Amino acid sequence: MRKLVLAISMLAFAGSAAFADPIQERQALMKERGKLAGQLSKVVKGEEDFDAGAVLTTLKALQANAEKFDAEKLFPAGSDQGDTTAAPKIWEDMAGFKAAEDKFLANTKEAVASPPGDVDGLKAQLNTLGGDCGACHQSYRIKKG
Amino acid sequence: MAWLKKLSGAVIVLGGAAAAAGWALSAPVRFDAGAIAQLGPGDAAKGKRIFYAGGCTSCHSKPGAQGDARLQLAGGLELKTPFGTFVPPNISQDRKDGIGAWSEEDFANAMLKGVSPSGEHLYPAFPYASYARMKPADIADLYAFMKTLPAVAGKAPDHKLSFPFTIRRGIGLWKLLYLSPEPVIALPDGTPDKVLAGRYLVEGPGHCGECHTPRDFAAGVKKGEWLAGSVAAEGTGVVPNITPDGKSIKDWSEADIANYLETGFTPDFDSVGGAMVEVQKNMAQLTADDRAAIAAYLKAVPPHPNGYPAHKPAS
Ligand code: HEC
Ligand code: HEC
Ligand code: HEC
Repeated sequence: MRKLVLAISMLAFAGSAAFADPIQERQALMKERGKLAGQLSKVVKGEEDFDAGAVLTTLKALQANAEKFDAEKLFPAGSDQGDTTAAPKIWEDMAGFKAAEDKFLANTKEAVASPPGDVDGLKAQLNTLGGDCGACHQSYRIKKG
Repeated sequence: MAWLKKLSGAVIVLGGAAAAAGWALSAPVRFDAGAIAQLGPGDAAKGKRIFYAGGCTSCHSKPGAQGDARLQLAGGLELKTPFGTFVPPNISQDRKDGIGAWSEEDFANAMLKGVSPSGEHLYPAFPYASYARMKPADIADLYAFMKTLPAVAGKAPDHKLSFPFTIRRGIGLWKLLYLSPEPVIALPDGTPDKVLAGRYLVEGPGHCGECHTPRDFAAGVKKGEWLAGSVAAEGTGVVPNITPDGKSIKDWSEADIANYLETGFTPDFDSVGGAMVEVQKNMAQLTADDRAAIAAYLKAVPPHPNGYPAHKPAS
């Protein structure tokens, strides 16, 4: 029994420390990106009150997420196969893909450097950042049904 | 686009059929004078809404255009198919290279009948099979709005189609089969106005069914599988099922759908992708009421299983 518990906790540790699979790793980063964008969206929609400190923390987390996103490492050749919605175009046009991510990173930095003072300011920033998500997903992602 | 591929095939079949079934049947039909009188003078302010609902800029602005450049309708995008490439033309107000010299009647004939001023059939890659369901008054407003847009000189390149797709006459028979101003989904008496307004936006100007519905042997939209989703342009991806049985959308509320159309975020904060990105940008320009109407209609259409095969991950 003790062995089993140990095995499970080691597995859990392995899971949180590093993903063996680049597909899972990049999807986890994207999911986190979604969650953070979602937090900002709740404030924009008035479901949560505007709290400048909390908003800045979320924007910083988005920037950290973007900094962690190493396209070369996360999208090795051949990882267009499997349970992924990454489009083959990523490997045909790695430069364009990286440029799309750089734009997103630059916009998160800008948002952190001049954090919004009110809901309208946040709305404008979320529009820009959301536009970056869409611009990349437009060319570099495909739904497979 | 996968459906364009089929479309090209259909042009062959129908091209041959046109020869056999008779030249007369495939003749372009323009409006009669009575229908034109219905158009009346348009209102440019109202036409702006129709322009965005119709997504004209997604196909007719220069590829990759952002901001104000989306209002420069010089054409030039390449809609690729293995049979050839369709290039949406210049529809800016340039009198020589665009449609600046077109009358309202010319414009209405293109939008509702798929016929050019010189009396030729237009290819249904221009989604007039949907636009044919639009109200004449909206066409007039759209015409007035387009008059306010800049003239941009320069012709877009020609389509690069090979014989026999180059023969426009064959499209006449395709039209007999698929061109109709009637609504796709018959809704019962007492259907709320909101749903009816949504039906109009989706089936008419929004032309959502052109991408979201599978096509038959002749590249006509399968009305019996309306909005059930389809294999996408690139051949590898899919355009999702957006009937109430769609994998994602079945868990979305009407407010979720409206929010997706406004912001591009799904309820679980994935972000819109693929060809839908352009559509969403246009939807963001509509009013909240229009987006709510579209959402209400999507909840009211008959549910269908996916119009595309299940994904088997290659390994
Ligand atoms: C899916 C892409 C697409 C969309 C969306 C689209 N068009 Fe087009 N359009 C085309 C293509 C392709 C042609 C060329 C058809 C042909 O050559 O037969 C065309 C042709 C036309 C023409 C005829 C031009 C000529 O010189 O003969 C007009 C007018 C036009 N479109 C107006 C519009 C308007 C207005 C809208 C929005 C309500 C719109 N289009 C939306 C693809 C599109
Ligand atoms: C530089 C390109 C790029 C940018 C910018 C980008 N994404 Fe993604 N995103 C991708 C790719 C590629 C995938 C597909 C990953 C896979 O399935 O392997 C993806 C997948 C996703 C997924 C699904 C993850 C899963 O579980 O399969 C979500 C959610 C997501 N993105 C949200 C966002 C949000 C929100 C933003 C903006 C705040 C964003 N993305 C910005 C490229 C990008
Ligand atoms: C040019 C083709 C095209 C047209 C036109 C189009 N769509 Fe889409 N739509 C797509 C694609 C591709 C996706 C998948 C987006 C993605 O990969 O994130 C999509 C996704 C969606 C989704 C999300 C469904 C899901 O499961 O994620 C909704 C809702 C939707 N479309 C509604 C509409 C409506 C309403 C219209 C008409 C106003 C419309 N679409 C017109 C191509 C199109």
